[in-house]
Amino acid sequence: MSIHDITFTEKKDTRSGFGVGIFEAGQQNENVVALCADLVGSLKLEKFIEHFPTRFIQTGIAEANMIGMAAGLTIGGKIPVATTFANFGTGRVYDQIRQSVAYSDKNVKICCSHAGLTLGEDGATHQILEDIGLMKMLPNMTVVVPADYNQTRLATKAIIERHGPTYLRFGRPVWPIFTPSEDATFEIGKAQVLAEGIDVTIIACGHLVWNAVLAAQELEKQGISVELINMHTIKPLDIDAILKSASKTKCIVTAEEHQRNGGLGDSVAQVLIQHMPIPQEYVAVNDSFGESGTPDQLLEKYGLMPQNIIEAAKKAIARK
Amino acid sequence: MPEILELKRTATQVRRDIVRMVHQCKSGHPGGSLGCADFLTALYFEIMKLDTNFKMDGIGEDLFFLSNGHISPVFYSVLARRGYFDIKELGTFRHLNSRLQGHPTTHEGLPGIRVASGSLGQGISVAVGAALAKKMNADERWVFALTGDGELQEGQNWEAILYAGAKKVDNLIVAVDWNDCQIDGTTQEVCDLGDLEAKFKAFGWEVLKMNGNVVDDVLFTITEAQLKSKKGKPIVILMKTQMGFG
Repeated sequence: MSIHDITFTEKKDTRSGFGVGIFEAGQQNENVVALCADLVGSLKLEKFIEHFPTRFIQTGIAEANMIGMAAGLTIGGKIPVATTFANFGTGRVYDQIRQSVAYSDKNVKICCSHAGLTLGEDGATHQILEDIGLMKMLPNMTVVVPADYNQTRLATKAIIERHGPTYLRFGRPVWPIFTPSEDATFEIGKAQVLAEGIDVTIIACGHLVWNAVLAAQELEKQGISVELINMHTIKPLDIDAILKSASKTKCIVTAEEHQRNGGLGDSVAQVLIQHMPIPQEYVAVNDSFGESGTPDQLLEKYGLMPQNIIEAAKKAIARK
Repeated sequence: MPEILELKRTATQVRRDIVRMVHQCKSGHPGGSLGCADFLTALYFEIMKLDTNFKMDGIGEDLFFLSNGHISPVFYSVLARRGYFDIKELGTFRHLNSRLQGHPTTHEGLPGIRVASGSLGQGISVAVGAALAKKMNADERWVFALTGDGELQEGQNWEAILYAGAKKVDNLIVAVDWNDCQIDGTTQEVCDLGDLEAKFKAFGWEVLKMNGNVVDDVLFTITEAQLKSKKGKPIVILMKTQMGFG
């Protein structure tokens, strides 16, 4: 597929994809139980609750207890989906996740909205930019960061069907829908190659995949051929996809709505260091907290726009 | 009553195990383990309906969760003596490559352990979740948990205690090992727990008290707790014990 064929007709928030995904998973599997710490509307759980009221647990504003209860629910064969904002579902309850979920290998799905800068006006207290790193460092934990509404819906169903502790990260703003909606198009741990190219590989996750699409389209216009990879699963990482592309393009840009430290970029860098040392440029937040603003203002100020990806790509190519 | 004599004999054997286990590796927490030997022996040898052919989901069984994971020696001894795994394995406690980790874990696949504990304050939450699953599964059996008293200084406990009271998780029986001791001194000195009975009652719990080192009292009170359960309130047993008892 050519990069210019990628387009969108509609924008929706990824959290709404989660809301549809958990409802569909609930229809397919009666063991799916949703938990929420006083953020039902933000997590788009209304439809699930309406259809499966006895399989919904309102925990109140008590995330530590929510994670513990989720671990306990798995013992009776339930598939608990613990939901809140990403800041409160990861950093706030790290030790609970570490001991009661990851170390205990409990089949808990931690599904969090409002990750990253793009929740906007609430500011840095809510804008977690460390969650991918926190979660991927835990043994046993799977980490999935879907790119749009369609993919979040598919990812939600896929992680519920697959056994094991999992973190699913999504967000608040409406965002272009450009990935396919058919079940077969999403596989945990299998990167999605959105366009093939020869001069530079851009590997992105979450909202930044769309910005990478825009960047790639502009680079192509300037005569630079881009291979674009949607790395929706941070762990387990699709090492083969990285190396296959890297061996062709010989330089890489990673793009994510997360700190440079510990994010997708560092995961990719580990692979390159071990197997194929080639230039890599990061597009990520550089050791800083966020602040209040609109999503676009924040992406601009913190260097996560298509233009930043274009500049990083040119830098990476120049370092070859 | 011969069964009480038998239980007392078993508890004595458990105490021997605890002292041997802690002595051979020169580490671990014998005091709280010895203090809870009578309670855990009564639970596993008399009260609980269980299947020593261990299944993680425990459907149709009573479940027990140890929140104060540092008293793992008593837990391991009771599980081994009850038949979950070979008694000889107790000799590997805290050694490299052992299933008997310093604090209990599911990670090594030791039968009888359903969740890791050690980092304090998480066990009641897990027990509440397991109790909710039992309700969803129309499973009539009980969920038991044991927490330390100093451990109640952890805030997560009070989230769980609030939730269980508010949502009427009444198939749950939690015992508090009330020995008044923690690492830096008495609980009164470190951070006084105050009137625990009034606190639990204010959170909507039924409160019972017992002497955890008198087997007859333990049996009687846990049975009373079961009779008072499933009536809209979770049950807590404030269990006076003496650290190192026996």
